[in-house]
Amino acid sequence: MAVLTHSRPGKAPPPAEQPPRRVGFSQRLGRWDVKLSPYLYISPFFLFFALVGAFPLLYTAYVSVHEWNLLGGQGEFVGLENFADVLAQPVFWKSVANTFSIFALSAIPQLALAVTIAALLDQNLRAATFWRMGVLVPYVVAPVAVSVIFGRLFADQYGLINAMLGVVGLDPVGWHSDRFASHLAIATMVNFRWTGYNALILLAAMQAVPRELYEAAVIDGAGRVRQFVSVTIPQIRATMVFVVITATIGGMQIFDEARMFDHLGMGGPSRNWMTTVLYLYDVAWGNQKNFGRAAAVAWLLFLLIVLIGLINFFLTTRIATGGGDRSTVSRKRTNAVIARARVDAQAARAAAGVNRSGTAPPGGAAAPPGAPPSAPHRTGQHDRGEHR
Amino acid sequence: MPSTRTRLPRLAAAATGALTLTALAACGGTGDPAGSGGSGESGDITLTVATFNQFGYTDEMLDRFEEEHPGVTVELITADTSEAARTNLTTKIAAGGEGLADIEAIEVDWLPELMQYPDLFADLSDPELEGRWLDWKVDQATTADGRVLGYGTDVGPEAICYRQDLFADAGLPSEPEEVAELLGGADATWESYFEVGREFVASSDAAWFDGAQPTYQAMVNQLDAPYEDAGSEEPLDLAANSGVQDVYTQVLDAAVGDELSAGLQQWTPDWDAAFQNDGFATMVCPAWMTGPIEERAGGVDGWNVADVFPGGGGNWGGSFITVPASGAHTDEAAELAAWLTAPEQQTEAFGNAGTFPSQLEAQASEDVQTATNAFFNDAPVGEIFAARAEAIAGVPYKGPNYFAIHQAVQDAVLRVDVTGEQDVDASWASAVEAFNALGLM
Repeated sequence: MAVLTHSRPGKAPPPAEQPPRRVGFSQRLGRWDVKLSPYLYISPFFLFFALVGAFPLLYTAYVSVHEWNLLGGQGEFVGLENFADVLAQPVFWKSVANTFSIFALSAIPQLALAVTIAALLDQNLRAATFWRMGVLVPYVVAPVAVSVIFGRLFADQYGLINAMLGVVGLDPVGWHSDRFASHLAIATMVNFRWTGYNALILLAAMQAVPRELYEAAVIDGAGRVRQFVSVTIPQIRATMVFVVITATIGGMQIFDEARMFDHLGMGGPSRNWMTTVLYLYDVAWGNQKNFGRAAAVAWLLFLLIVLIGLINFFLTTRIATGGGDRSTVSRKRTNAVIARARVDAQAARAAAGVNRSGTAPPGGAAAPPGAPPSAPHRTGQHDRGEHR
Repeated sequence: MPSTRTRLPRLAAAATGALTLTALAACGGTGDPAGSGGSGESGDITLTVATFNQFGYTDEMLDRFEEEHPGVTVELITADTSEAARTNLTTKIAAGGEGLADIEAIEVDWLPELMQYPDLFADLSDPELEGRWLDWKVDQATTADGRVLGYGTDVGPEAICYRQDLFADAGLPSEPEEVAELLGGADATWESYFEVGREFVASSDAAWFDGAQPTYQAMVNQLDAPYEDAGSEEPLDLAANSGVQDVYTQVLDAAVGDELSAGLQQWTPDWDAAFQNDGFATMVCPAWMTGPIEERAGGVDGWNVADVFPGGGGNWGGSFITVPASGAHTDEAAELAAWLTAPEQQTEAFGNAGTFPSQLEAQASEDVQTATNAFFNDAPVGEIFAARAEAIAGVPYKGPNYFAIHQAVQDAVLRVDVTGEQDVDASWASAVEAFNALGLM
């Protein structure tokens, strides 16, 4: 701070300030300190980002415009040829379609289920921590173990699920021959692993919703479902967006489950469940050993994720805003309810006034036997019933 | 890959995925074993040996080498599958050789792609070692200009493993000698093998063999130059490759047309389960396959090995150990590699892990010749596989594109036999399409 007070008055008197310009080194250091320190303090983030974010991204871009063999190393500059090659390969497009299909089959039920589970866990439960930890267990199971277990369930000839279908007289499903069935099976593994994880994140958000809102909602006469739709969902909007975005990124990058769905790990003989990342892996480390093309795939995938992420973001924001609208609707209704309550209260007061003046003292036991007007009396009773 | 010796196949795919990361991580972590022993002045060096599955190298064995070579410490690194080892190796080569072990094991099927870069490996040619291995084994690892990139460890001579009890139930002769005779003895052909199969399935609920794909693999391994021209090393146009197409059609006609196949893909849970469900009666059986069968068929009696193989001898699998040129102690590593592949050590390894040695002396040794396998009803496996190894006339030419083209056809076989998505002709057309997409022509 001494530095500051020194330098500022120094600057303030305009040009005739030349002599004191000869500042000492320590003073200059001090000035640098002021100017640079903030940047230094936040630099770890930027260095880290440059190291693990920007550099790989840019280097991948560099690789993608070169011929680059896994073993042979860097070759000639080829411009966008790698991108053109990849886009011309039908397998690439098939892998994109597979990725979307598996993503849709996993993300949608997964989020729906996660929200439901979170809402249930948000209630006052006995041994709440136990249940909350319980939903996280699948996430802790190693993907390899998941694939071993589900591999047995989804085996075509001797699988448990097909055996059970046989018991109820249904035809076995060709989990590895039917394209949609294979996507369903893989999505099941994904859901098994990630639902609990997302549920916990959503639960954390739900716990942060002020309880007064629920009390207010209860007073307004909202049931459980209504509270969930009109209070919980709008309140956890930011977290929902976060979960949807991470689920999107994860869904676009799905690899483990698809890779382990059969022994060859190439998405089946017709590439029926080859996802884009699996395709990338095959191009780079499989038979093509072509890092250039693989880098091109990586960039295409990156752009795709950004695109889908943006679409998702707008959609979820829209949905969440829709929820907000609904909350204004309910506010309107609240006003209406309050207004009606006021009217009722007035009427009740009026009725009470009549009562008190009419049949005042008799303890109120058999209150108003032949009591005067019927209408206010009925509303009074109604009011009381509502209060209870 | 069906062509890889995957002992823990269910984990194979998984591990490959995981290992990509591990391999990358290991780049940083184990970057120094080559250099950690110092510059060699003191004589204290550490040699690392990277293998996969089970090579049969034990700590006791390595201790012996250390005793004979004071100042040398040997460390064994074992990947669980050959696929994992392959990924690890190629990734580290791509990273400039940093972090490679002093000795790297390589499987025969992914050797050709590495043979394109002979400079990555130390030349191990040594006149003193001539005549140690089967000739074709040495040829596989020898470049055109005479550099030897690896020493042979084991080979995979193929026999037929079969279910004695199912044979008997179907009214067929079931003793190993009788079965060998039934399948055609020394003149066994694939046609005679399929013929017996037709007879078998007519009177049994079980299929004749596990799947068309391993059968196809065995048949292709008997062609001289299946997918590539041995002279020019150029890939052959698959659309015009009648040799491969004939084999493809023959195996699928038998598998699907005559319903000889159980329609299983090897190393899948279905395949595993079929061992316990009497799914099939015979299978193509390289020496190392006896391990996986026993692992899956535990509690099932009646497995045996017949000293016969359709179409003559055949080899499936087998490995080499190489010395990456980037290592700090290539001379010492070469010495260790020679020691590990010496007949005594390979004989011991066969006893430990069932890897059939590629060394002539080891094959002829008492220990190997008299080995029996209790699970296979005390079949004299040493004698049988030695005989099967002798029957191997030569091995097919496999160039750098073998893996890619083979996969295209293999996928076609799976589409017909396992998933039933396409018929024989349509699937072949798809294979040609996949081949064209490789852009090799």
